[in-house]
Amino acid sequence: MLMCSSTVLYAQDDLLNELSKQDSAQTVPVTATFKSTRVVNGQSVETMKKKHLDLRISHRFGKLNSGAYQFFGLDQATMRLGFEYGLTDDLMIGVGRSTSQKVYDFFGKYKLLKQSTGARNIPVSVTLFGGTGVATVDKERDFQDKLYYTAQVLVARKFGERLSLQLSPTYLYRTMPDVTGDEKVLFAVGIGGRFKLSKRVSLNGEYFYTAREKNTVTAPYHDSMSFGVDIETGGHVFQLHFTNSLGMIEKQFIGETTGSWGKGDIHYGFNISRTFSFDKKNKKQPN
Amino acid sequence: MKPHFYRVACLAMFSTALLSGTAFAQMFATSGGNTQFSASTPLENIEAENKKSQVILNTANNEIAIRMNMREFSFPNKLMQEHFNENYIESVKYPTATFSGKVDKAPDYTKDGNYDVSATGKFTVHGVTRERTIKGKMKIEGGKITISSDFEVALVDHNIEVPKVVFVKIAQIIKVKAQYALAPYKK
Repeated sequence: MLMCSSTVLYAQDDLLNELSKQDSAQTVPVTATFKSTRVVNGQSVETMKKKHLDLRISHRFGKLNSGAYQFFGLDQATMRLGFEYGLTDDLMIGVGRSTSQKVYDFFGKYKLLKQSTGARNIPVSVTLFGGTGVATVDKERDFQDKLYYTAQVLVARKFGERLSLQLSPTYLYRTMPDVTGDEKVLFAVGIGGRFKLSKRVSLNGEYFYTAREKNTVTAPYHDSMSFGVDIETGGHVFQLHFTNSLGMIEKQFIGETTGSWGKGDIHYGFNISRTFSFDKKNKKQPN
Repeated sequence: MKPHFYRVACLAMFSTALLSGTAFAQMFATSGGNTQFSASTPLENIEAENKKSQVILNTANNEIAIRMNMREFSFPNKLMQEHFNENYIESVKYPTATFSGKVDKAPDYTKDGNYDVSATGKFTVHGVTRERTIKGKMKIEGGKITISSDFEVALVDHNIEVPKVVFVKIAQIIKVKAQYALAPYKK
């Protein structure tokens, strides 16, 4: 009698329900808010996973309005070569070298809070970014005066599969600004986002508002604005973009953007990111 | 689910538990089953492992259900894992893979031994359900049941698209290996 009743009870679908019931109390992390650790120029909330190396090669060409003689900017290229590595799934470090101002940059990035649904509902991801660098171009300067520091709190939310938005309050400190009269301390707020056009292609944009006078003699600067496309192909992510900034590190694109979109000072550029996994432990061969 | 179901289910489970001292347990389950797959090609190793597959087997009527969260598949290369979830399997839209069916030629669960078995039922991956018969082995030993199976899944059967231009080629037929050690099921 008992056997009969339970046989009726556990019809096939009920067995599946039984399994999903056991599983219901889980927290589901929201992943891939952005395809890459950069939105365009600026950092995204993403970090490299543990034991994964990101080799980044970034190029910015000259200004589109420089005319046919300069092949619309393509004759001039600046680049940054970066090695960026995940120490844990939440903590990454990176070093880079930029041709522009001959800068060595160093940074760390830590995922403080991860957006999630399910048992634990967290509406946003929060990542902390800290960076420093040495601009070695001016040999006359003391070492101290070549330094700069950046701190950012990156707050992002993935609104469904397609849309992600990010807010990036930024603090920038230059021991010796390049233009006399420019402030050492600069506050800025970045707003960025991506919209997925297809599974592998997304449209990205970002804008950094700087709290200072713009386009003056003491500060001949503009706010940085960039638009781009992310294309992922297996282990690579290609980011192609148009930006009024030449630099690829925070000090330069937030603090020292001299180009103006209105005048056509637009640089074409791209980032190539190639991920390598050094996680041997996990590499078990099913046989 | 109806509360009615729970009440009767609880009663049934309770009675089963009471009986298990004397009679053979009826429900066997695990939530730590191992499912691996390989989509490797000569050029690239694409392998992943899910260590949290759930399985439940009712030995009274031979019904079996298997369920796993796609996002629990762990890849050595985390970028591949992200692409697997985002682009191939779309784990937000289709979070689980399931099988629910019946063991075809059921062995005598009370006798220790190794048996060749097969199960027929609904196999759902990427939101597409197919009727399949999957072969495997069942080992019964000391009141535990271990199920193992090697089978293949064709991407095209489950509408899993592979873009034409990718650097990492993946196999069109995925080889799956499953190993589930079931113990008497307690609530």
